[in-house]
Amino acid sequence: MTDETQACRTLSGIPVDPVYGDGPLPGEFPYTRGVHPDMYRSRLWTMRMFAGFGTAEDTNTRFRELLRSGGTGLSTAFDMPTLMGRDSDHAWALGEVGRAGVAIDTVDDMEDLFADIDLGGVSTSMTINGPAAILLAMYVVVAEHGGVVRSRLSGTLQNDILKEYQAQKEYLFPPRPSVRLVTDVIRFTTAEMPRWNPVSVSGYHIREAGSTAAQELAFTLANGFAYVEAAAAAGLDVDSFAPRLSFFFNSHVDFFEEIGKFRAARRIWARWMRDRYGARDERSLKLRFHTQTAGVSLTAQQPEINIARVALQALAGVLGGTQSLHTDSHDEALALPSEDAARIALRTQQIIAHETGVTNVADPLGGSSYVEWMTDEMERRAEDVFAHLEDLGDGSILEGVYAGIDSGWFMGEIAESAYRFEREVDTGDRIVVGVNAFTEGDRAGSADLLRIGQDTEDLQRKRLAEVKQARDDAAVRTALDRVVTDAADPTVNLMPALIGAVDNRVTGGEIVEALEGVFGTYTETAVV
Amino acid sequence: MGTSEIDTPTGSGPPIRVVLAKLGLDGHDRGLKVVARMLRDAGMEVVYLGLRQTTGTIVTAVEQEDADVVGISMHNAGHLTLGPMIVRALVDADLEVPVVIGGVLPDVDLPELAAAGVAAVLGPGAPVDEVVATVRAAARGNGGR
Repeated sequence: MTDETQACRTLSGIPVDPVYGDGPLPGEFPYTRGVHPDMYRSRLWTMRMFAGFGTAEDTNTRFRELLRSGGTGLSTAFDMPTLMGRDSDHAWALGEVGRAGVAIDTVDDMEDLFADIDLGGVSTSMTINGPAAILLAMYVVVAEHGGVVRSRLSGTLQNDILKEYQAQKEYLFPPRPSVRLVTDVIRFTTAEMPRWNPVSVSGYHIREAGSTAAQELAFTLANGFAYVEAAAAAGLDVDSFAPRLSFFFNSHVDFFEEIGKFRAARRIWARWMRDRYGARDERSLKLRFHTQTAGVSLTAQQPEINIARVALQALAGVLGGTQSLHTDSHDEALALPSEDAARIALRTQQIIAHETGVTNVADPLGGSSYVEWMTDEMERRAEDVFAHLEDLGDGSILEGVYAGIDSGWFMGEIAESAYRFEREVDTGDRIVVGVNAFTEGDRAGSADLLRIGQDTEDLQRKRLAEVKQARDDAAVRTALDRVVTDAADPTVNLMPALIGAVDNRVTGGEIVEALEGVFGTYTETAVV
Repeated sequence: MGTSEIDTPTGSGPPIRVVLAKLGLDGHDRGLKVVARMLRDAGMEVVYLGLRQTTGTIVTAVEQEDADVVGISMHNAGHLTLGPMIVRALVDADLEVPVVIGGVLPDVDLPELAAAGVAAVLGPGAPVDEVVATVRAAARGNGGR
């Protein structure tokens, strides 16, 4: 962190206060201006770079490189088969193993992924939803084998299944049993992993799928309310788990709209948690969030100019008061980030943190007429959506969200916004630099892209075969039977059965197939 | 657009029929949905298969729908495996239907995809004119269907 003098003076030596303006100040209800009184003066955001590709060893090398370069948290990207609960040797996995993230089939892969990293000292985010509970079970087993008890583990499981039906489409089971898995994880971490965030309620994917900023805000917070209602229905006291709910937003290119969105998110959450859900603990009212710059805004044309886009989007996240940040690499419209590009992206955050001085003052834009108006406008638009969902759900946001998923309402709204944006770009009403204007200077070729070949898939299948060969088949069967039995009883928490299964080297795919036998599968009705 | 602008493979006759699908597990369907509407607005008939299709389901749809073009969307970096696979599956089924792939595809992969028989590739941010023209050219190259 910056030293005292630097933190309090401008580059020219002018002393500055931690905050300006009248109340409510940062750290005060409804937290519009931030969740901490002096924000980044006391603690910078976590620079958490999302990484994952190839085999567990490949990603482990990247993780250790990111920690050496000053990254302060880990964030794991899994490949499509892992995200979809399929083993690397499944027919559906063909061509996708290790390609867009790291392949994790068994606890052995998880062990390799975190080799030589102190799980008691680092915080780890895992971006996974359908099979989230299974991956959490693997993480716990790996940590405890390494001598770190689960209560010391710090990190975040995305585990936000509702937005999968709305936007990202990585669901496995129908919505209701999937939400039961989410609440099982909430119950488990609330009791045994006090430093763990069991759900990262995510607008990022809703936005990437094409929504507007206001839709991202509204759908995400509605999903958050839905989880609160589901956990309360499962018998949990709101203040027992709400302090550990976290959020994940996109930071797109419209600078002030984004800042208004982040500020509105905090205010809405605080008011709803207190007034609607009866939270008393101040920590339940504080919306903490991770931000990622908008992957969808990156252009394949003149990819190096994406560095500027990312810097501006990251700055919006910081001015909006984010708790952690991932900056996209400029080559991501072409392939997975190369190591050099990932380093530039991290350096971008470090420039904002250590050179620009924006960390000196909490919510430096608070009081700006435009920013305050935008914050109010975002809130108003979100409240309209909540009213619609309450209507759909006869007073329940959870039921309203289920109804909106079943009828394709969310998908239709998002597709409509995505199409409108494309039309605006096509007609030239909206300028995208390098795409429909200022197009000269695009250099052909894609020199140093990170490529994952078919050999990774072959290697991973071989490793999986070796693990299956070496394990105790009787123990596997017993562990899977317990998963099925526990799944069939909605009053039982599935986490212990899942931990037992992965510890006996049952694969993620085997567990998912067993659960499908109880929960069924889900196929969407496409809305185009 | 009005019916006078309806697109046909040969310039007259029935409109171009396009099967659109995501091949594999990847769920990023924003691009494919936008393309579906672009092609429909241009007067083509779109058969939208959507997510999690296999070569088998795509071949069946092409056969049943008498499609002129197959559009596959891929954002999973699996195109060098899955692209040639769908082309081969169509050939094996005696369906001479051109395959257009859209998505995040590095330029360096284009020659290999072309050699494997992929008719055309559309990258991120391809404008509507390019999308429509590419699909139309692919359909017209699809001799006299």
